[in-house]
Amino acid sequence: MTKAGFVVANLFRKKTRTTLTVLSVIAAFTLFGLLQSLNHIFDAGADFIGATRLMTQARVSFTQPLPLSMVPQLEGVPGVAHVAYMQWFGGVWKKDNSPIFAFAVDPMRQHQVYPEWVMPEDQWQAFAKTRTGMIAGRVLADRMGWKVGQKIPLSSNIFPQKNGSKDWTFDLVGIYDGSTEDWQKQTQNVFIQHEYFDEANQFSSGRTNFYALQLADGADAAAISRAVDKMYENSPDETKTQTEKDFNVGFLKQIGDIGMIVRWILFAVFFTLLLVVGNTMAQSVRERVPELAVLKTLGFSDASVLGFVLAEAGALCLFGGLVGMGLATVFGAMISKGTGGQFTIDVSLPVWGMAAVAVVAMTLAVGLLPALRAQRLKIVDALAGR
Amino acid sequence: MTTDAMIQIRNVTKAYERGRQKVAVLHEPGLTLDVPRGDFVALMGPSGSGKTTLLNLIGGLDSPTSGEVSVGGQRIDRMSGGALAKWRSQNVGFVFQFYNLMPVLSAERNVELPLLLTNLSSAERKKRVAIALEVVGLADRARHKPGELSGGQQQRVAIARAIVSDPSLLVCDEPTGDLDRHTADEILGLLQTLNRDHGKTIVMVTHDQLAANYARHTLHLDKGELAEQPVAA
Repeated sequence: MTKAGFVVANLFRKKTRTTLTVLSVIAAFTLFGLLQSLNHIFDAGADFIGATRLMTQARVSFTQPLPLSMVPQLEGVPGVAHVAYMQWFGGVWKKDNSPIFAFAVDPMRQHQVYPEWVMPEDQWQAFAKTRTGMIAGRVLADRMGWKVGQKIPLSSNIFPQKNGSKDWTFDLVGIYDGSTEDWQKQTQNVFIQHEYFDEANQFSSGRTNFYALQLADGADAAAISRAVDKMYENSPDETKTQTEKDFNVGFLKQIGDIGMIVRWILFAVFFTLLLVVGNTMAQSVRERVPELAVLKTLGFSDASVLGFVLAEAGALCLFGGLVGMGLATVFGAMISKGTGGQFTIDVSLPVWGMAAVAVVAMTLAVGLLPALRAQRLKIVDALAGR
Repeated sequence: MTTDAMIQIRNVTKAYERGRQKVAVLHEPGLTLDVPRGDFVALMGPSGSGKTTLLNLIGGLDSPTSGEVSVGGQRIDRMSGGALAKWRSQNVGFVFQFYNLMPVLSAERNVELPLLLTNLSSAERKKRVAIALEVVGLADRARHKPGELSGGQQQRVAIARAIVSDPSLLVCDEPTGDLDRHTADEILGLLQTLNRDHGKTIVMVTHDQLAANYARHTLHLDKGELAEQPVAA
């Protein structure tokens, strides 16, 4: 027998209680792993994106379109090299009603401002020349089984055509890839021709949701951002210009402050867990007062006894944490696979790191008080049942 | 005063605080006592006379309010908590009335417990555990948990645990108080063997005169004062 064996043996003195407690720790850490990964996605958003682009949208909301007449004005701002623009289309693939993230763009501006989208030049040219042209990201095209040359029927929940029909048909003229692994994962969108969209749709004309400003080398992003917003101050189209990363994070957070929601859920989960595990530990020590006194009688020091109780709490939290995080990793991978990579939950190393900190903090929170009680036990009083 | 005394107690007093009250169990001018090496002493007396208090002081489980306690030539009343714990692990074996075994551990693991404080290898520990269980006649019950053993068998395991690290002193607090006569006689016979054949010095608290008859000497405590009554060994 080893000291570790003794700790484990003590943990299983009440098998049902320990099993239920461990299950609650596992459930909490599974939730922690999944939610923290989700939070990480929303917080980190697009860490791989550099600061070479700014995004300009209407100050109130990006759903408020801005006029295309701003293009030459934005191109005139010192430090802005190129300007592209994007209009949300909101399509649904008619075959299986899958939602499609589709944007109407100017093909060659898009090509110029986003060198990260990689596609053969002839496909870019085809996209520019074909009014009903459409290009799709590799991940999306593979998932849908789309091939170049195929007609893709989409319906739009927002934009009917001028004839009143919500059905649109596009010609898939290209499939784009990402220039890096990170960008490759993002190839889940569709781009259609803005010119065609602008003429054919019933509502929007000469407007777009946001602009992407590619900055010249060495340009001061903060100064340009201020200059752009200053230019449209007190106009009917006031703007908000921010880095692409902030824009992406803001875009994802439209549905609410996910970070805050996740933090509150985790707080509730761990607070409950502290009560459950803390109660288990306190009860376990209370039941064993004479045994702990015997340990001291045999010559185990106060510090050893403190260590035994803390080790029990640590073993509970560590085992539950490891299994919980393992399950979260597996579930995360299953979710990613199940959604064809559209919703990637990657229980990454930083999340495992946070879990490790949580295990240590929880061990101390639930184990320290019972351990100190055990450490301070007076042998004579404990043996006499006082 | 004996020079070959295993235990030397000089003018020892002990008072406890119970709430706001101070209760003197061993009172002034203090108790003085020598127990020779290799002796088997029974401590008798009415409840509250200070028997267990004296036993706790001898076993290093408690410290005197005043006076000196030396065991095996070492002044244990001056030791810190940590030093006293280490001293106990090397020099004293304890046997309690209610056995105080770890219910989650098998007999052999209970016996092995004190050896976790040593640097012995796993193989050496196993060897010593086997010998200790052999001495108390429980080699065939090594893998049984306390709940699967009778009271007498549990007390034998407790004795094996007390002797496994080969201490020179055994302190026993009512070791037969929870046993029937026949089993008690077996346990007392075992203690007697450990005293006679293995040279262990034994101090045993008991209420039972028949149990005390197994000791070489009986000491009577009353209101914290000592009176010796020698008995035939």
